[in-house]
Amino acid sequence: MRHKLVPLAIFLLPVTLQAQDDLLSLLGEDTSVILTTASFKATRVINSNSIENTAHGVLDFRISHRFGELSTGVEELYGLDQATIRLGLDYGVTDRLMVGVGRSSFQKTIDGFAKYKILRQCDQGCSMPITLSLAAGSSMTTLTADKVPWYADGRTDYFTHRLSYYFQLIAGRKFSENFTLQIMPGLVHRNLVKTTAEKNDVINIGGAGRYKLTKRLAINAEYFYVLPDQLAQPQTPTDLTYFNSFSLGFDIETGGHVFQLHCTNSAGMFERGYITETTGNWLDGDIRFGFNISRVFTVHDPKAKANKKVKEDTW
Amino acid sequence: MTMNTTIKSLALVCLLIPTLSNAQERFASRTGHVAFRSETTVETIEANNHKATSVYDPNTGALEFAVLIKAFEFEKALMQEHFNENYMESNTYPKAVFKGKVVGVTAADLKKPGKHDVTVEGELTMHGVSNKVTNKATISVEPTGTLKAESNFVIKAEDYKIDIPSVVRKQIAEEIQVKVRIDYQKM
Repeated sequence: MRHKLVPLAIFLLPVTLQAQDDLLSLLGEDTSVILTTASFKATRVINSNSIENTAHGVLDFRISHRFGELSTGVEELYGLDQATIRLGLDYGVTDRLMVGVGRSSFQKTIDGFAKYKILRQCDQGCSMPITLSLAAGSSMTTLTADKVPWYADGRTDYFTHRLSYYFQLIAGRKFSENFTLQIMPGLVHRNLVKTTAEKNDVINIGGAGRYKLTKRLAINAEYFYVLPDQLAQPQTPTDLTYFNSFSLGFDIETGGHVFQLHCTNSAGMFERGYITETTGNWLDGDIRFGFNISRVFTVHDPKAKANKKVKEDTW
Repeated sequence: MTMNTTIKSLALVCLLIPTLSNAQERFASRTGHVAFRSETTVETIEANNHKATSVYDPNTGALEFAVLIKAFEFEKALMQEHFNENYMESNTYPKAVFKGKVVGVTAADLKKPGKHDVTVEGELTMHGVSNKVTNKATISVEPTGTLKAESNFVIKAEDYKIDIPSVVRKQIAEEIQVKVRIDYQKM
């Protein structure tokens, strides 16, 4: 009896195998690499760079605007009478490399930068947990010689004095569909500073995050901590005091635009400006309302060649 | 022959049976092409995916199909981002899957070159919603024995609870044209 059951069992075996059969599983695991996308809605969190880049072949026209400080009171309509602006153009050279230029009314500065994604977080097909970018740029003020911050009687105005540089590592991770966090250790180098009490090289570390409230609305925050004893301490009551930059705002997305509305204590919209020259104090109400508008144009389609054949295959 | 060897040889035959039935082959592809197009007077949007996977078993007629939503490529990077983020929510629903069968052709028909008009029926699941679908398709048997399958059909965004906000209604069609082209190889 025992022997008769054996072939019966074997007979049944293929039947059960067949029943469990999921045809697609026969192809095995899907190994295609899918990179994480949309960690932030824009290439800037508020002032600072995010781990997002302008896509390959895309030109991003950015208008950034900061009003005056809330603490200026009703006479200045709580800051709305004043404005600083930065106009910028960013371009995605490849999917990893973007470059940009901008012109700010803040100290009449021209700035340029490049941002390169060294590592890219991915969702599927590899195990990279973070995105790591390197950003580097320089800025140059075009103020007349007697208006630059380091102006002093008898000091010669060399071109190189007007230059400053920044380097920043940006390590970020999209933890979930809604939540992204990044940290940004960096260095701002100023070719010339006003007094010997100020450092030419300013070491700083920034942190930024976003939380998506709905599909088209996200809340963003960023903070830059400047290590102590690098910026000038006020000696007389008229001297400026420098604060760490803190900004809080919303990203609102509508079709081809991203609107970023925020409050910040910084007037500058390039690294030397907001990291080393923030003079507003949140606790004193030196808060500026501001917005960034981003409009993208696809000027080059890197996949056009591959998809051309497909288009010719008529619908 | 003892009782023992009878059982052993019987068992051997039984083991061979499934192998024999499996020898009737299945067809599969990892590089299927799925394209879709939304056409309005304002804008035409197209996207292509060349990574569709599919397995077809002519003996049972069973056909399965999986498309990774994130592998759709758009002309504009921002459109691709919006498609994934705002419409398909591809982090939550990474794949579109079809499970069903092909009616109107037999395994024997597919042994010799020729073109067959067939009907594909089954269940299409995407964006977390499953719908019964029936579409026309053609299967061509190439002289080499491989299969070429083609199908054109229409998908309504609302059938899959894909919300199109009123501000972009003029840019995005309610009915999306879909085109599927697959070259199946023997497995």
